[in-house]
Amino acid sequence: MPQIFHHSTNVISRASIYGAVFFLGILGAVLYRVELSPIYTRVNEAREQPVPFSHKHHAGELGIDCRYCHTTVDKSSFAGIPPTQTCMTCHSQIWTNAPMLEPVRASYRDDKSIAWTRVNQLPDFVYFDHSIHVSKGVGCTTCHGQVGDMPLMWKANTLYMEWCLDCHRQPEKYVRPKSEVFNPGYVTPSNQMELGARLVKEYKIQSLTNCTTCHR
Amino acid sequence: MSSDFNPKVPSAVDLAAVRARLRQENGKRFWQSLDELSETREYREFLENEFPNNPEKDPEKNLQGINRREMLKLAAASAALAGLSACTKMPTQKIVPYVKAPEEIVAGKPLFYATSMPLAGVGAGLLVESHMGRPTKIEGNPEHPGSLGGTDVFSQAATLGLYDPDRSQTVMQEGRISNWGAFLTAMTNAKSQLGSGGLGLRILTDTVTSPSLSAQIQGVLKQFPQAKWHQYEPCGRDNAREGARLAFGKPVNPVYRFDRAEVIVSLDADFISSGPGHVRYTRDFASRRAVEGPASTLNRLYVVESMPTSAGAVADHRKAIRAGDVEAFARQLAGQAGVGGVSSGGASGKIPADWTSAVAKDLAAHRGTSLVIAGEEQPPSVHALAHAINAALGNVGKTVYYTDPLEANPVNEMESLRELVGEMSAGKVSLLFMLGGGNPVYDAPVDFDFGPELLKVAVRVHSGLYYDETAELCHWHAPATHFLEAWGDARAYDGTIGIIQPLIQPLYDGRSAYEVIGTLTGDAGKPGHDIVRDYWKGQRPEKDKAFDAFWERSLHDGLMAGTALPAITVVPSADVAKQFAQQQTSGDDALEITFKPDPAVFDGRFANNGWLQELPKPNTRLTWDNAAMISPATAQRMGLEAGNYVKLQVSGRETKAGIFIVPGHAEDSITLHLGYGRRRSGSVGTGPGFNANFIRISAKPWVATGLKIEKTGDTYYFAVTQHQYIIDHDGHPAAERESVTEARRDLVRIASLDEFRKNPDFAKDPREEETKGLSLYPGYKYEGYAWGMSIDLNKCVGCNACVVACQAENNIAVVGKDQVMRGRAMHWIRVDTYFRGAIDSPEMYYEPVLCMHCENAPCEVVCPVGATLHNQEGLNEMIYNRCVGTRYCSNNCPYKVRRFNFLLFSDYTTPSLFGMRNPNVTVRSRGVMEKCTYCVQRINAAKITSEEQNRSVRDGEIVTACQGACPADAIVFGNINDPNSRVAKLKAQSRDYHLLDDLNTRPRTSYMARVKNPNPEIHE
Repeated sequence: MPQIFHHSTNVISRASIYGAVFFLGILGAVLYRVELSPIYTRVNEAREQPVPFSHKHHAGELGIDCRYCHTTVDKSSFAGIPPTQTCMTCHSQIWTNAPMLEPVRASYRDDKSIAWTRVNQLPDFVYFDHSIHVSKGVGCTTCHGQVGDMPLMWKANTLYMEWCLDCHRQPEKYVRPKSEVFNPGYVTPSNQMELGARLVKEYKIQSLTNCTTCHR
Repeated sequence: MSSDFNPKVPSAVDLAAVRARLRQENGKRFWQSLDELSETREYREFLENEFPNNPEKDPEKNLQGINRREMLKLAAASAALAGLSACTKMPTQKIVPYVKAPEEIVAGKPLFYATSMPLAGVGAGLLVESHMGRPTKIEGNPEHPGSLGGTDVFSQAATLGLYDPDRSQTVMQEGRISNWGAFLTAMTNAKSQLGSGGLGLRILTDTVTSPSLSAQIQGVLKQFPQAKWHQYEPCGRDNAREGARLAFGKPVNPVYRFDRAEVIVSLDADFISSGPGHVRYTRDFASRRAVEGPASTLNRLYVVESMPTSAGAVADHRKAIRAGDVEAFARQLAGQAGVGGVSSGGASGKIPADWTSAVAKDLAAHRGTSLVIAGEEQPPSVHALAHAINAALGNVGKTVYYTDPLEANPVNEMESLRELVGEMSAGKVSLLFMLGGGNPVYDAPVDFDFGPELLKVAVRVHSGLYYDETAELCHWHAPATHFLEAWGDARAYDGTIGIIQPLIQPLYDGRSAYEVIGTLTGDAGKPGHDIVRDYWKGQRPEKDKAFDAFWERSLHDGLMAGTALPAITVVPSADVAKQFAQQQTSGDDALEITFKPDPAVFDGRFANNGWLQELPKPNTRLTWDNAAMISPATAQRMGLEAGNYVKLQVSGRETKAGIFIVPGHAEDSITLHLGYGRRRSGSVGTGPGFNANFIRISAKPWVATGLKIEKTGDTYYFAVTQHQYIIDHDGHPAAERESVTEARRDLVRIASLDEFRKNPDFAKDPREEETKGLSLYPGYKYEGYAWGMSIDLNKCVGCNACVVACQAENNIAVVGKDQVMRGRAMHWIRVDTYFRGAIDSPEMYYEPVLCMHCENAPCEVVCPVGATLHNQEGLNEMIYNRCVGTRYCSNNCPYKVRRFNFLLFSDYTTPSLFGMRNPNVTVRSRGVMEKCTYCVQRINAAKITSEEQNRSVRDGEIVTACQGACPADAIVFGNINDPNSRVAKLKAQSRDYHLLDDLNTRPRTSYMARVKNPNPEIHE
């Protein structure tokens, strides 16, 4: 009985089996990279807003304190998005006719909220609390990036669990003096590890990596 | 798992064999159900498998005939798809801030507002948690005398009642959608067609204690002098009112001081589950059950009742007799307690004379510190006797005092309704206004024929939360507001005025009774707030600024300080017992039926509340139904078996019901709870159970004799949780047990006060002590916080408030009757009920069981995906998004406290329910295991607050949901590493014990053994 398959079939089948393993491996690696890349995470992607509010101008150039608008950041889990009234405290006096600000004035006039696009978003099964981070010396810019340089807001970090755990495992890598928490221009000093270790002790910062710290 | 097990076909229980077996065991054995005693198939299935179910053999749910191979294919495909679904991008969300932010709202922090919940007219003080304007959780108001921080099941379930999607949402005119404008026009027309002085106008309300509503109604009556106001409440207090009239010549409101009573005799009174002030009474009662050490003293409770209730279960002595025989006992007791003129006749012999005399002696020995209370279901004569006994024992002014009635206009409600029906029948009523959510077509006594008579009224108006049986027959239905949406006021059990303040704008187009009654007086548009506030402005001595301050203060506190009704002096007439005729004792063999408000759905008003429907009722642990409750002996005698579908005939009427055998029920008596068999309620409430109102007549609203039972030949299936989640305390199949009593490690541990004094360590089992803490590995050292819980079985009254509180706090789903039968109810905390002794008169014990948070947790080591882990504070964590649903953890949990989402039980689609959920707890989806977390969201919140204030968490700062709801203060939670914490001190007491300690799981939840205080002169 003659051979059904040609001799070369052996080579082809071997190559395709090994090839499949490589292919799947490479596919996995590619997917993993995509998942970490801005295509998926939207990191560094400036998001359009109903009013092109510039943190660069307000926080960076004018030096308005973060808490002027995000009033509950040191009180509650939610940092707080300012009500239209907060915008109008200044803009009823200055730039009162700027066309760019019409949606703000309209909102105030018609008692209708402005629907901002969320930039930093966590999944619903994560229970993050701003106030405890702020009061333990985690600066705004540590997570939100150089807000003072952002004309439109973008996400500066993936907000993935591994990223959270990086700090939760070693808070000394990121913690800063409480006085600098709301400073958008804060620069990490060269002796961060030394300073961080001291602050961790001083602020009684715990390395919380229990699941129920964030998930419940 | 046996292959042909079907929970829908229960096996028969052989009662004779059960009796024989119990005799053999000397009455020492604790048992949970008749199924256990007769070792039925269900019992073994539920004992050995946490979730007995076999889809292949189950005739109804066989997954459309899918075989194993297809199942594997589907499983593989769904695993692959599930993996892919993780790769979706998160959708873009919008953040919508306020235009002008309200000052007090901090997004992410709840606010608490005080309000009152009216139930049968009486207000219960509440604090309601509000997240961004959404009420999500009810707590007790510690400053309110009717609560002192405790709550009951009805108030805990109120949030679901508020968000119920089946509530009526628009004005209806004869079944068509209408609007308020049309309603008002119609009312103006109807008014103009009334006779002079409002002839033909009738107002029917539930019991009104609200001063402002009653003032409004009086205003209407002034404007229309010919109009009349009727009140009717199916579970009202007519007997108590009439009893007071018998004793004192006028209706009064008795206020009991259980905290001062050493000896309490309850004449068929379940003061724990219902009636004015039951939450406060539970707290006061439990405060006298606290045992600190051998020197502590306890109160003593005697209960004489027909149906086993919570009060009966916590009693030191309980006698089960027919409700109709209670009066004979009361007379004997009165005679021996020194009440003059009592004919001691009617000694039915149901209660041994020496028992009665021992009780009387005990009462006599505690003059001024004893208390006799009569239940609402008992006739006025028993209430009068109770008043007379209390007076004779010098208790008045000490353990009981009297005030003017709570009701603004106390009437005999049955007679009031009778009068109304008579006039309707005679065609004298041309405009009937039904307010306050009453549903007389469903719940009026059947001999009134309320429905047909109602049709004779020219214009019928109904205001209520649901488009129910009554609304259906009315020309106009006006949707009412829920008490969490409306302004109002209500008196508490002692008369204190509680303000009802809204937590949210009405979800639908509803208006409160206060606002609707305004349509009659011409105040149609006046908002509820102004009605209530203006009324009090006119009443209070404070004026202008002072009144504003008073009003603000009252709103904040939830009550008007100092408005409790003052004690009045009333003396029972000397020959009180002579005034009423001897009760007609029916023949001893006459079968009696008693009606009671249901412990879950009350008179039917909560029928559409899934939390309450699915709540295992005290002692029976029946869900989703009422039943003809019968004692084992009577069932045996009549040849009835559990589940027999029978015809009940009494007073010339009949209804059908399923037979349910209740250990400890009185013989020759059947109890049928009210509130079921609703024909038109909502998607949840329409259907379940049997309508007791079909055989309830106005002459005998609570107890009727001459009941006839006839089998229909059909079988009714109940969803009972009593034999589910049973802890296998032996760990061995029955055949391997050497001796049941020897090998048993008691899960409930009890002693009498004397035994406890002799041996304070009775709860410690020497065999357990030997193995305690044995380990090959060095133990983990818990530094910082170590959370633990202590549950005092001496205080627990089995009221179930913790179960509903947990459900509300932790977004626990309702699964439905069919799933409950399969053992899939999702409650994270359950109240196990144990019996001891003979099946006819067993002792009853409650034991709330929740996750033990074992330090050596058996569940953790078997999870293949690390979805359940231990943290440094000793919490056994459950991580839903890791869980893949192997159920190994549940299989390995000896306490059976884990619950699995077999189906998508959580409602993800009904918009109105979104607002109800606790935003701090994940809503679980299908295929995920869940269990008690010790309310980790509350622990985290307290830790964050304390860290921000640079201190440690204070003792008592974290209150778990079950603890907060408990009216008896039986549950204490805290840091066991702090020796000064309340929980650590309790755990250090000698009564402390763990469940299944010899498994070396080292549970963090421990129990305080129960100490009973029996009368040494009574030998049972």
